[in-house]
This record gives sequence, C-alpha cells and structure tokens, in this order.
Amino acid sequence: MNKPLRRIAIFCGLLVLALLARDNWLQYVQADTLAEHDKNRRVSIERYAQPRGDIIVDGKAITGSKEAGSGDYKYKRTYKNGPMWSPVTGFASQRIGATQIESIEDGILTGNDDRLFFTRSLDMITGKKKEGGNAVTTLNAAAQKAAYDGLKGRGKGAVAAIDPSTGAILALASAPSYDPSTFAGNTNEEAEQFGKLDKDKDQPMLNRALRETYPPGSTFKAVTAAAALEHDLYKDIDAPTKSPLPWTMPDTQTPLPNEGNIPCKNASLREALRVSCNTVFGKIGSDLGKDKMLETAEKFGFNEEQFVPVRSNASVFPEKMDRPQTALSSIGQFETAATPLQMAMVASAIANDGKLMEPYMVSELQAPNLDVIEKHAPKEMSRPLSEENAQKLQDMMQTVINDGTGTNAKIPGVTVGGKTGTAQHGVDNSENPYAWFISYAKTDSGSPVAVAVVVEDSKASRDDISGGGLAAPIARDVMKAVLDSKK
Amino acid sequence: MSSSTTHTSTIGAIGAPSRRNTELALLAFAVVIPLFAYINVGLAIDGELPSGMLGYGCGLGLLAAVGHIVVRRFAPYADPLLLPLATLLNGLGLVVIWRLDQSEKLQNLAKAATGSFSPSAPKQLMFSAIGIALFVAVLLLLKDHRVLQRYTYISMVAALVLLLLPLVPGLGMNIFGARIWISVAGFSIQPGEFAKIVIAIFFAGYLMVKRDALALASRRFMGMYLPRGRDLGPIIVVWAMSILILVFETDLGTSLLFFGMFVVMLYVATERTSWIVFGLVMSSVGAVGVATFEPHVQERVDAWLNPFSDAVIASTGSDQIAQSLMAFGSGGVLGTGLGQGHSDLIGFAANSDFILATFGEELGLAGVMAILLIYGLIVERGVRTALAARDPFGKLLAIGLSGAFAIQVFVVSGGVMGLIPLTGMTMPFLANGGSSVIANWALIGILIRISDTARRPAPAPAPNPDAEMTQVVRP
Repeated sequence: MNKPLRRIAIFCGLLVLALLARDNWLQYVQADTLAEHDKNRRVSIERYAQPRGDIIVDGKAITGSKEAGSGDYKYKRTYKNGPMWSPVTGFASQRIGATQIESIEDGILTGNDDRLFFTRSLDMITGKKKEGGNAVTTLNAAAQKAAYDGLKGRGKGAVAAIDPSTGAILALASAPSYDPSTFAGNTNEEAEQFGKLDKDKDQPMLNRALRETYPPGSTFKAVTAAAALEHDLYKDIDAPTKSPLPWTMPDTQTPLPNEGNIPCKNASLREALRVSCNTVFGKIGSDLGKDKMLETAEKFGFNEEQFVPVRSNASVFPEKMDRPQTALSSIGQFETAATPLQMAMVASAIANDGKLMEPYMVSELQAPNLDVIEKHAPKEMSRPLSEENAQKLQDMMQTVINDGTGTNAKIPGVTVGGKTGTAQHGVDNSENPYAWFISYAKTDSGSPVAVAVVVEDSKASRDDISGGGLAAPIARDVMKAVLDSKK
Repeated sequence: MSSSTTHTSTIGAIGAPSRRNTELALLAFAVVIPLFAYINVGLAIDGELPSGMLGYGCGLGLLAAVGHIVVRRFAPYADPLLLPLATLLNGLGLVVIWRLDQSEKLQNLAKAATGSFSPSAPKQLMFSAIGIALFVAVLLLLKDHRVLQRYTYISMVAALVLLLLPLVPGLGMNIFGARIWISVAGFSIQPGEFAKIVIAIFFAGYLMVKRDALALASRRFMGMYLPRGRDLGPIIVVWAMSILILVFETDLGTSLLFFGMFVVMLYVATERTSWIVFGLVMSSVGAVGVATFEPHVQERVDAWLNPFSDAVIASTGSDQIAQSLMAFGSGGVLGTGLGQGHSDLIGFAANSDFILATFGEELGLAGVMAILLIYGLIVERGVRTALAARDPFGKLLAIGLSGAFAIQVFVVSGGVMGLIPLTGMTMPFLANGGSSVIANWALIGILIRISDTARRPAPAPAPNPDAEMTQVVRP
C-alpha cells in the first residue's frame, strides 16, 4: 500500500503548496491593491488614529481634534468658529471623507506624507506616537471675521480678499455656511446632519467664494476699461469717448439701456466708470471685438481654474459670440460669469500696478515638530495691463469711491478704489439681482488688500439692491480690518 | 521469517531512538512562542504585560506537560513532532482568540447580537484542556489501535447517529445558516468534527477487509475497474447518507471533507487509480447537483467569484470574504504586528472560520506561511506514520485521518484566502470552537498511538537453537 501512500503524500504537499502560492499572491503581489481598496476601511481608520495636524490662521489653530469616544475612528475633527472658516478648511468627516485643505493637505495633516518620512522614522525609534503636521494659511482672522459678519446678515453671498502684492488670500467667506464639526464623527446622527446640509436648497456647503460663478455685472467694466486702455482704443481717461446715447447694439435694433438717466453721452472713461455707463462700455467691447476682450479677460484669469491650492471654478468670458453679445459680455452680462475670487484678482491686478500675482492660501506646511517642509513663494501669474494703464485705471476707480456709486466704501485717510455692480439674475431679470463690489485700499507703502464681495439678498426689496448699498460696506469693513491689523 | 528484515516500515525498527527528549525540547518552544506572542499582544494593545499572561502560559504549559508525560509513559516510541506542533498551534490560536476578545468592535457586535459579551479565550483554554484529556484518554485506553477494527460497524452506526443529531428537533441548532450544532447542557457541539474520526475508523476497518475484493473482483468497463455492488454497498450507503444529511444541514465543508477522505482511503486500499477518476466524477456530479438546488451554495460561489461586488454583498448579507482578503492584503509581507491590525472588521466569525485572516494581517505573509508549513508538517508526520505502520488497518486509519486533516486545512484556508468558495469549517487547533479543538486532539492522539506502534522496536527474534551451529569459529 505504500505506493498510493506516497502519492497521497504528494497530493497533500500540493494542497499546502497551492495555499502557499495563493498566500504569496494575496500578501505579496496583490497586497497594495487590497490594502488601498476603496472598501478597505483601514485607510480611514489609520487617518483618524491620531490627532490630525491643524490648520493655522495668524499663528492660531482654527481646527482641533478630540477623542471620538466610540467606533473605529479614535479622533475626530473639531473646528473653532466652523461656519466662518469652512470655506477655507473644508471638512474632514470620518463618515463622508475630506474636502478642500483638509483633503489636499491630508498627507501632512495625518502625518503620512512622504516628506515626513524622516521624522516618522525618528519617532519610530524613540517610540513617539505618530503626529500630524500643520498647514499654515495666509488668511487674516480679522478680515475673515469682517467678511463673514458682513455677509451673515445679508442672506447669501461671498467675499474674497487678496493681498495684491503677493497673491496671498486674506479672506474667503461664504454665506450661508455650515459647521463642519457637526458631522466630523461617524455616527448616524452626524450622517443625517450631513444629508440635511447636502439637500438644503440654500446650499450651505457650497463654497461660493471659489466654486460659484455669478454674472459680474458692472464690476466687469473694470476689465473692459483695462482692455480699452491696453488696446489703445482710448488713451486719455478724461477725454470724451465716441459714445452716442441711446446706443443701439450693432446688428440689432435693440438699444442698450443705462441704469437710470445718467450722463453717458460721449462721457469720458472716468465719468463712464463713475456712473457706470452701460452704453459706453458696451460700445468699447463691441469696438474692440471679442478677440481683444477675450485676450484681456484671460490675462486676468478668466476661463481657467485656479488652484489656491483648493480648486476654484473657471470664470467665464465667452469665446463664441456675435457683436451684440460681445457688447453685453463687456458689461458683465450675457454668459460672462465670475467667481468672487476672480473679481478679487481683477481688483488686485489693478491695485498692484498691472501685475497679477498667483492667488494662494497655504503659506507653509509644517512637520509635527514645526519644521517647515514647504513654503509658498509668491509667483507672478500674468500682466493684464501696463503699470501706466493700471495707474490710470486706479485713478478712475478712486473717482468711483470718492464721488461715484461706491462712496459707501470710503475709509478716512486711505485711498480706496472700487467698482460697484448690480447683475441681472433669473430669466428676464425676474429674480433679485446680485450686488457686487470690488475694491482695493492703498497706502503709502502700496496696496495691502483687494477685495470682491457678492451679495445675493432675496429678502431685500429690489430697488434697494445695489453694489454700492449692499456690498460696499462689507468690502470696506474687510479692507479696514486688514489695514488695522497692519498697524 | 525475521521481522527485522521484512517489515514494511521505512523507519528502522530495531534500536529506533524514542526521541522523547526531542519532543520535550520542542514542546518548550511550543509553549514559549505563544507566551511571547501573548506578551506582544498585551504590549501592543494596552502598553503593559497582559494580566492573564501567567494563567494562559501556565495553562498551556501544564497541558503540554501532561501530554508529554502521558506520551513518555504510554507511547514512548511515538512520533516526536506531532504533540509539539499541535501544542504550538493550539497556543497561537489561544493568543489570537484572546487578542480578538480585546476588540471593542467585536465586543459591541456580540452585545448587539446576544445582549452580552463573554470572552472566548478562557472557554477555549477549557476546551483545550478537555481536548488534552481526551488525548490522554485515547493513549491510556487504546493500547493498540488495531482494537478499533472490532468496532467497524459500530463506528458506522455511531457516525450516522452523530451526523443525524443536529437534525433532531430540540437538540439541533441552526446558527448562521448551517444546522451542524447540537446544544447539550448549555454547550454547543459540532458532532461532525467527531464524526470525521469515527468515519475514518469505519472506512479503515471495512476497506482493510474488503480491499482485495474491491481491487480484484471488479469488472472492466470503459477502461475502468468497477467493483461489485455488494463490496461497495456499505461504503456508498454511509457516504451517500452523510452527504445527504450534510446537504440538509448545509454544511458543505464537511461533505467535501468526508468525500475526500473516502476517495483517499479507497485509493490507498485498492491501489487502483480508477478510484480517483471515479471519485472526481462523482464529486463533480455531486457539486453541480448540490449547487443547482441549494441557494446557500450559489451564494457562496458568487461571494467567491465577486467578493467586492456590492450586489453580492447585499444578497449574501456579509462582506466577510472581501474583509478577509483586505486583511491579508493590509498585512503584506511582514504584517502589522500582533494586536495592531484591524481584522475585527471581518465581524462575528473573525475568531472562528476567519482566524487565519488575523494571522495574515498581523503576522503577514511570513507568519501565514509558517502556520501553513506547521500544518503541512503535521500532515507529513501523519503520512509518515501511515507509511511506517505495519498493519493495513493502521495504514488506512493514519492516512484517512491525516488526509482529512490536510483537506480540512486546505478547504478552510483556501476559502478564507479566496482560493476556493468558502465552506465554513474550522481551522484545526487555531479556531475558536470546542468541538474542533477536542476532536483534533483526539485525532492527534490516535495518530500518536499508531506511530508508537509503528516505531516500536520489534521484539527480539526468539533464540534459534540452530544458530549456534553456524557461528563463525573464532580463532
């Protein structure tokens, strides 16, 4: 009976061999695929196994971590003044996942980033627990507070403020907002809370400063004015333009109306911007043609997503349009749409003498021991207009503030330039318009802040809505907060 | 005819060393390694030495000592590897069961399911003690394994009774879709585990008697030898009954195990390859047949083919296979270290059917290969015992038991690793479960008894008066 016994022995050997082969396949060949599988919760368990690093504003953490108490995930995220900061931080939820800075800098915040390898290895030797690093932002807490408080009483809206000389984002507010602390954990109540926020028709989780594009209305006239100067359509901002009133859009029988009875006939550029003449700027757009308008708009950053490092939606200046559409687009209507960040970039490029700096909001990444791992160096993005033309445009925008539509943004002792906008909204302008305001402040040492505000107040009566009335005070408060913190 | 030249053992019979001291040394390792593993888990989870360490360490040490003393006294020529290997697996199993007891997730799961949680490790230690007791009883009461031949037909009846028990109303319990447990005085027992041994005894006894008839008195049909019905009758009956019963109890793993054991023993007894072909054909027919009728089986096959598919997880109501595969993957080559994995994500079966996944995650490829090799070694010692055994009954019994052991290890590990559909059996010695640990200790006891008989030196030949005559005359 020994011959079959030996064969059975071989058979048993083959069984064990098959298991060994399968095990090697699973734990060597397929190990990484399985370890990083979507359904493998170990990845998120690991992510929340130690306190996350913090997101820092003005040297203080605006985030925290606390023990979750139960469940697989040990620590959960907390937020200080969550609704105010959520457009900056995004959220880190054990159930839903992470967004924005929480997601983009996840490696640093969890301590898993490869750049932390050395510290991690050291910790392993010394037996220290793994820690997360920090993300230091460029934001200005006072400006953010001014922006958020200004919006809060006003329904929906957003504010973006930039330091024109570096591109550093100083404020990024959105209303209505949400508190990411309310669903940071992994309980069913928290999941429900998220579902409620997600379905809310007011979209509290929409980051309006970066992800919503609005028709910019008259604030876009600053871009059109820049195009007129850059393409030498007009050189002297105080010389009369060739602008009839009423002005009929080319190839149509439709006259382009102005808002009210304002002196726009052959008005100078300065005057046209001061009272916000649709006819003058519509004609400039149509005279320049779509290619030249597009060129200038794109230099300001239109038609391109920005990464700050959070992605912003691309603002739109249409590429295909006929002549009347070009005229409408040039006064910020038709398909023109801009994010608040984009309009803040427009204001900052003008304030920075024509140099547009790349916007960013993470200034440095720190290792758990506060060593700097990465530091952002300000970078020039483009030059939408020459220094000379930029100063002409500043001159015009200061007139808007001093005795035009933007007087609400005046700050005593400070030079402020700006532009109001009231953008039509809804089919045939059926809904309440958006109130826009873009501005910058300037001191002897240059311009520390440029800001864009958009307010969408469905409760205000229609006639009260104007960029100067609703949005300019918010912009003023933000600029004042920045100026005060510089003192 | 002198037995020293014609015996069939491959191990030298005369003067074979008993190797009891080797066994003792190996046993020391088999106790110390789980003890270190224990400390490792405690340090990883709580940062301090576990409080129960001494209890479990001493318990395991005591069991090993009792086992060793009994072997030394009552089976002095037994194979020296079987006892230490089984002790090592039993000890590692205890450590990992204890480790999973610490999992908050599994505790909550148990509380949600039954209202309370009680740790499994102490129970497992108790069952291990009962297992060792049975091991001792086997060695004490079974002076010679050939005695078992007398109980061939009693075994047949006993096996059928054992298999039928879970179907008795009031006694049997349906747990997680399989009706293979009976409840006695608060303890649940899986009679199938014991039936495995009893059926091996019946097959060995019957085949030993009928092997010549089965091998020779057969008709040739299409190039295959088909035996006469009357020779094969009882075997077919027992096998078919067990399969049928098991199908009703939806315990596929055990069906496969019995069938595999049956084919292996038949092949060894008759030395005819046609049995293998015959067996494979029958098993394919059986498998396809069962798969067509049993939704339970279809689910398992689906879960095996698409472990990560949401539809399959929803229809089977469990993502255990997916979780198990991810546990293996996350372990990688070296594992996360004992106590530092998340194999509790597998859920309620983490410490029983799926215990190998915890080894996979926390000890990695290296650990699982070591475990598989330990199992391989046990099987190898069993087969070697079969080769060394001098009587056909012993040979058949040893190969039946070790073949069943090998198949069981293959079916469970293969199922957990996604190599074959999961069938729900326990990993011998490692998995949490009283019947399994007790029955496998009995199995090891029988193998040790057979190996002792096989390796025992043959009695010295009777002095031959003629021998004097042929002696060389010394100068």
